[in-house]
Amino acid sequence: MNMATINDQITDEIRKEARRLLKTGEVAALIGYAAGSLPMTVKPLVVRCLEDCERLVWNTFCVLNLATYLPEVLSSVETPYDPRDPRPEEPQAKVAILATGCWSRNIVIQIQEKRVDRERVVVIGVGSRGMVSRAKVKALFPEKDILTVDEGDHELVVHGADFTETINRWAVVRDNCQTCAHPDPVLVDIRIGEPVSERKNPHPFQQVELLEQRSSEERWAWFTAEFSTCIRCYACRNVCPLCYCPTCFVDDARPQWLGKSLDAVDTGLFHVLRAFHCAGRCTDCGACESVCPMGINMRMLTKKLNKDVRDLYGIEAGMEPEAPLPLTTFPLASVEFIVADLAPLPAAARIVQPSSEGDESCKHG
Amino acid sequence: MISYMPYPVRIDDIVVETEDGSLKTFTLAFEQERHQKAWQHVPGQFVMLSVAGAGEAPVGLASSPTEGERLLCTVNRAGLVTTALHQLKVGDRLGLRGPIGNGFPLDREMKGKNLVMIAGGFAVTILRAALMSVLARRQDYGRITFIYGARTPGMLLYHEELRQWAQRGDIDLYVTIDREAPGWAGLVGFVPTIAAQVAPPPTNSVALICGPPIMIKFTMPPLEAIGWTDDQVYLSLENRMKCGQGLCCHCNVGPTLVCKDGPVFTRAQVKRLPLEY
Amino acid sequence: MQTWMISPVELDGLIQQWQKSYAVYVPALSKPATAATDCAPGWRRINAGEPWTLPVGPTPASVKSFYFPQPEILMTFHLEENHPDKGVMREPLKSHEMQVVLGVRPCDAASVLLNQLPFTEDPLFMAKCQRTALVGFTCTTRLSTCFCTEMGGSPHHCAGLDLALSPLQNGFLLEVLSEKGETLVAGCKLVPASESDLAVLADRRQGQGATSSYSSQLEVLKACALSRLYDAPMWQELGEACINCGACTFICPTCFCFDMQDEVVQGQGRRIRYWDSCMFPLYSQHTSGHNPRGKKLQRTRNRFLHKLKYFPDRFGPFSCVGCGRCIGDCPVNIDIREVLNDLVRRTELE
Repeated sequence: MNMATINDQITDEIRKEARRLLKTGEVAALIGYAAGSLPMTVKPLVVRCLEDCERLVWNTFCVLNLATYLPEVLSSVETPYDPRDPRPEEPQAKVAILATGCWSRNIVIQIQEKRVDRERVVVIGVGSRGMVSRAKVKALFPEKDILTVDEGDHELVVHGADFTETINRWAVVRDNCQTCAHPDPVLVDIRIGEPVSERKNPHPFQQVELLEQRSSEERWAWFTAEFSTCIRCYACRNVCPLCYCPTCFVDDARPQWLGKSLDAVDTGLFHVLRAFHCAGRCTDCGACESVCPMGINMRMLTKKLNKDVRDLYGIEAGMEPEAPLPLTTFPLASVEFIVADLAPLPAAARIVQPSSEGDESCKHG
Repeated sequence: MISYMPYPVRIDDIVVETEDGSLKTFTLAFEQERHQKAWQHVPGQFVMLSVAGAGEAPVGLASSPTEGERLLCTVNRAGLVTTALHQLKVGDRLGLRGPIGNGFPLDREMKGKNLVMIAGGFAVTILRAALMSVLARRQDYGRITFIYGARTPGMLLYHEELRQWAQRGDIDLYVTIDREAPGWAGLVGFVPTIAAQVAPPPTNSVALICGPPIMIKFTMPPLEAIGWTDDQVYLSLENRMKCGQGLCCHCNVGPTLVCKDGPVFTRAQVKRLPLEY
Repeated sequence: MQTWMISPVELDGLIQQWQKSYAVYVPALSKPATAATDCAPGWRRINAGEPWTLPVGPTPASVKSFYFPQPEILMTFHLEENHPDKGVMREPLKSHEMQVVLGVRPCDAASVLLNQLPFTEDPLFMAKCQRTALVGFTCTTRLSTCFCTEMGGSPHHCAGLDLALSPLQNGFLLEVLSEKGETLVAGCKLVPASESDLAVLADRRQGQGATSSYSSQLEVLKACALSRLYDAPMWQELGEACINCGACTFICPTCFCFDMQDEVVQGQGRRIRYWDSCMFPLYSQHTSGHNPRGKKLQRTRNRFLHKLKYFPDRFGPFSCVGCGRCIGDCPVNIDIREVLNDLVRRTELE
């Protein structure tokens, strides 16, 4: 079957479900995508009325992680109340959201971190066949203006004013999608389309391993060159569903951790600290890399930490809502130990289990 | 051409104004005579005070040009720069850029009018400057009503001037605190309440109102009830600002730049602006 | 001013001539090998004979950073104990050396003229104008994101350039447009352009000028009461999709908001001004914590109204040259052309 047909069918089904959910009042809003104004782009869209359901689309260019919008849309549909009053007790309106594998894992993390109330979210699961990198397609056509791109089954047909060329789709799928093992959503209330099977990938961290094999001088050279063009626009941070600190450390004024101009040390520190802040939580959704206007591959940092978390804790982020977060969950009994002795943890403490009584474990959102 | 270079000034005196130490009045003197000679300002204008290493902060001028060469700035300790300012001692050097903004039209629209000045909290600083200017040419203005409120007696600024103004007899002075306090024999009540009781009729009058937004909001209805209109009321807006030269865009309220087009606006002008202040 | 005909070889010779006396910058098309650059990201300095290529359409980075560097050092000071000048502010050393920026497109040249409107009294910006020569190439290809003609420009305009090169079959027409341009070609033996070559250029300019929609849209938005545009329902959807990053503002040739701050390292201080973005919440937040534009919608609206209403009301033209960089790079595909059309439509609805 033709890919465009599958995506057309998915689009139809999404619209149908959106109409049903809004009409029955099951949800007050739905987070999806509308068509973009340029080839290979889509716009995130929050649908609140039936007419807008027809604007929803699904295609192979949905590179943003819609979970980023979820907490804000949830609060936008709550009954307004005076902040001095207690929260209203009546059940609050629900929000539906489209989710592929990685986006659904980010919703799981939002549930684990108490950002999102599971009861108020309707996850519309769509298996991902891997999203295409606009930058990769453009790189194949230097000096050319791409006017439209049609999706085929395993290929893309790229049109310009004076050319039409067919390219292999998988070759331009984003790096993170190419190494993804969980393309199908892990949390589904309503399924759209057929489930996509788990991918067996013998080398999920190959890109990181290639870097790890280099000498420290070579790695430093890679790091300084890669991040040298950063303009500190923070698109990578703002598009990330994990980055929701009310005031990011880069914006703190007292103390001010980072300078405000384009010093390489400040820029590097921003990216390294942001990556560490995402450790154990990052689902490698690739949104950061996809939105960077300078084409910086900051994903390599989070990917490396994903590998470390897997090796140290045996955990992949966001696979189970009930599972503890690896780096922010610990039994109370270990607190004294941590404070008293900063020596390396014994091997037995590496994988921290929640204690049997839920109230004894501490969680930091 | 505009300049970002501050004039060097020296701290000649520091007065801790309030019981909690959060407000200090700095007496500043220019270090170079040519800066002193070139200096001119009108009440309602402000300056950028700068502490090398901490940065700059906008501060309203509390002194009137009629008070002599030295400038008074009453500074509330709130952010990075004002905290650094509070740590300075007499004799220390700092930078001053300005004067910035339009100021009150005391020599234009306000001349010959009855003046009603209403201040809440430390926003009284620029009304102190306005009143001192007016008192230097008392005959140019009609009746003067000065209403000033603070949370507690210990939070009132300019004790000595308040005493002098009360004794003059040509100012209707109403000083109030929010709640009863031991040893306080004066008025008690929020500024809007007192204003409702004592505000004069609007005939041939203008009002200068400076204070927190909530105070301004509740002071207007009683004034409107006795016939005051929006173009008779002057307010001073505050927004985050950086360059003070209408360039950096930080202080914009819609199309209006507070630092360049203001900070003084009539209430009629403010009402035409988007609610971005 | 004169117009010459110059062959590609002669142009190379001319560039090598400039490199003897001036710093010459060209668009950087790939990442620099190291973090050390002596100019803004997106540009690189070339030495004599070094090859360079001009990309189709606007250069990856705008010329803004040559005039409005990130950061600009306003003054320097010492804070070391016992330093005789402790705390005294000094102007930094200024360079008066001419720099040549090569490969500028008409949209970016127009942006410099637009930015001069607010910065006309700013000594730092104007000093950069003095010492920067723009050598531009008019465009023969219009990308799908280009909309300079809708913004009053043209792919064949040369306003703001010191030298303009327009490609012809066998070389370039070289227009000398300023005194700086004169300096750059002084002493060169060049062939004056023929009547027929000049006719080709005139013909191009005849065909592709500013669209009539430009002035009508500009006038209609200027005439419209702010509240009508400000309260438009369109901001809800835009504000909801916008992630409030600074990508559009930083890559925009005409966004010029800045912040100022002191930086001190081991007793040596500098006061800098650096790029800020009205998309960031801290931009408008008061020390008290109150934020007049605390919501995403308010910030998104501020950026577009600044470009399409506040700036024209104050200075005349839109603060946009139609380079389309923001359209191509916006993470959520906010398209300023759609915003403009929606605003104009808003004025028409009753």
